[in-house]
Amino acid sequence: MRRKAAIVVALVGLVLAAAIGAAGSPAASERATVTNLTIWVGWSARELNEFKKVVAEYDTKKADVSVKVVGSINDDKITAALRSGNVPDVVSSFTSQNVGVYCPSGGWIDLAPYLKRDKINTNIFPATTRYYTQYGGTRCALPLLADAYGFYYNKQLFKKAGLTRPPRTLEELTAYAKKLTTRKADGSLDVVGYDPFIGFYQNSIGAYQPLVGAKYFDPAGRSSLSKDPAWQRLLRWQKSLVDYYGHDKLVKWQTGAGDEWSAPHAFGRGKLAMMIDGEWRVAFLAADHKGLSYGTAPMPVGNKSLYGAGYINGTIIGIPKGGENQDLAWDLVKYLTTNTHALASFSNGIRNVPSTAAAAKSTELKPDPNFAAFTNIFVHPKSATIPVTPLGSAHLETFTSFLAKWQAGKVKDLRAGLAEVDKQIDAKLKQSGGGVP
Amino acid sequence: MSTTAATEALPAAVAADRRRARRTANRRRRLTVLAFLSPWLVGFTVFFGYPLVMSAWLSLHSYDLLTPARWVGLANYRYMFGDDPQIWPAVSNTLWLIAVSVPATVLFAFGIAMLLTRARTGAGVFRTVFYLPALVPPVAATLGFVYLLNPSTGPVNVILGRLGIEGPLWFNDPGWSKPSLVMLGLWGVGTTMIIFLAAILDVPRHLYESAELDGANALQRLRWVTLPTISPVILFAVVLGVIASLQYFTQAHVAASVAAGSATQGGSTSNIEIGYPEGSTLFYPILVYNHGFRYFNMGYASAMAMLLLVVAFAVTAIIIWNSRRVVHYQGDAR
Repeated sequence: MRRKAAIVVALVGLVLAAAIGAAGSPAASERATVTNLTIWVGWSARELNEFKKVVAEYDTKKADVSVKVVGSINDDKITAALRSGNVPDVVSSFTSQNVGVYCPSGGWIDLAPYLKRDKINTNIFPATTRYYTQYGGTRCALPLLADAYGFYYNKQLFKKAGLTRPPRTLEELTAYAKKLTTRKADGSLDVVGYDPFIGFYQNSIGAYQPLVGAKYFDPAGRSSLSKDPAWQRLLRWQKSLVDYYGHDKLVKWQTGAGDEWSAPHAFGRGKLAMMIDGEWRVAFLAADHKGLSYGTAPMPVGNKSLYGAGYINGTIIGIPKGGENQDLAWDLVKYLTTNTHALASFSNGIRNVPSTAAAAKSTELKPDPNFAAFTNIFVHPKSATIPVTPLGSAHLETFTSFLAKWQAGKVKDLRAGLAEVDKQIDAKLKQSGGGVP
Repeated sequence: MSTTAATEALPAAVAADRRRARRTANRRRRLTVLAFLSPWLVGFTVFFGYPLVMSAWLSLHSYDLLTPARWVGLANYRYMFGDDPQIWPAVSNTLWLIAVSVPATVLFAFGIAMLLTRARTGAGVFRTVFYLPALVPPVAATLGFVYLLNPSTGPVNVILGRLGIEGPLWFNDPGWSKPSLVMLGLWGVGTTMIIFLAAILDVPRHLYESAELDGANALQRLRWVTLPTISPVILFAVVLGVIASLQYFTQAHVAASVAAGSATQGGSTSNIEIGYPEGSTLFYPILVYNHGFRYFNMGYASAMAMLLLVVAFAVTAIIIWNSRRVVHYQGDAR
């Protein structure tokens, strides 16, 4: 009898101990309440790792969520996910022009109720970034760091050519480019002073527009490329420099210039003396070309009053329609876009411009004179971005297709050609049933 | 009266029973046929019929993929034939591909097949070697060609340079981009070549012997024996080649992206030139894809797809109709 009682007591003790142990185990309780969030981003390789570090900090602060980061995402994948309903919790895109589709369609949900609930004033974001994260008054995105485009120059090559400061006007840029260009014995290009070819590296018409202050659309929302003479001035300058090198010689040189996103980049190897590029190149050069002596400055301009301005754009982030954990997703979006520490440490990692006023002044930001040039461009009042339309990037691609023919010397009458592009863009806008708000 | 009625009613009842039995048997037979056909019918309906009907329906709508489609009637077709600046260059590039690539592919495949029939030793090895490129995935093959034909660092231009010849810009030159794609197509011609080889080996020997007895030389035997005998296979290759050209996408998309340097991760600005260089690789399906999935204009893309369907059907019908004079089928009385 005593033996039986002892066994019963032992069993009860074991059960109680197991129950108490289970209740006290943090792992068990976390497993029961942790929500998995997935975030899609466009970054890859080194930049993706930097982003993962920022998210990991958030993860450790929030015991109730576990965030999975998926990199190398483009807008095709985002659209496919939105259509299928199989969406991540948070999504980001490099193509800010697509807010013209994501916002009015509801593909990315309106963030206004969350912003209101959490008393976040969107004025913490600079005006340009506020512009490209909404469409028609619907704010479906927030900026996640920003990009400012500026001028990079090789100091060693400058010194060799007797140049003491970066150029400030487009005419000066041409003179510098000619001075810095060297050719091989067979006449092919060896070092290119400045390559203005649209389509090469970050040379896009959007990046050049703020240098002359040209207008894409008139107040009525019609394409005004042929009506604003600034476009013609810009394009004639661009073509004259392409002609200096020779179109085909420049194309051939470009095919051996090295991939834009890896170490063989022509600027890093000293094969390109000057270039327009985004602020992120500072981090790429630090990673791939530590010994390179280079400087940064605002891009030379067509009108001296514009000096200091540049093209601004950036990554946008939002919450896709159909996500299961929208409140938790918002918390992550809010952290990534408004937390000064998160923005500063991510900015240090990939050297993008912090996208809030507070983060731009953060003492956590690592000082770097080459990077500072871009933060100045970012806050310049005449810096600009591309107009958002319901066409996504279609209007720019129509313009770019024309420019390919222009720089190849296949357009005889520039004004007439631009007028034709205007017609095409207006027809596209009409066909899409939208306009430029 | 009642006896007569009974004797007349009996055969009538039997006949009715027989009719019923026949109907039941017919119904069962039809159901059996339908059961055997059902996998194909389901596949056809789901993967062809439904998308076709939806494309036709969407072509009459404005549809951005994310919001409900909005009825626009024939507006997409009016834009296609009246205002779209890219459609005619795309049509022109596609017609160029049909006119050059299809004959080149058929001739090249036929030529290799003829050579392989002559191989006395190592025929198996040669067949394998010529067929192997057809197994390479199109994206990998295209990347390989863009690398080989890189104007400044590619081995082809390096070798040409050593011979004192300045190589062209290949995929970076609007005049050379399409021929470069044709070369890529010729390299991977293995499947067509194998079909030709089988057809040539299947030509009855006695026809050649009769022709030889009649004094026909090699060229005449080719003209009057080989070609007529394999003409159905040539027709098959031409029709498939035309349809493949009308649907040409992967190689052109990859080659243009890589040659333009826009295949890798981009910055936050758009500098994409569709159909690089200078629109020379803008083929019709690429334009359809861009409208549908990049410009959020699926209604218009559907209208373009409907036109493609009609053109593909018409071209195939014309080829088959005209081929009746030159294609000979075994056992054909004509």
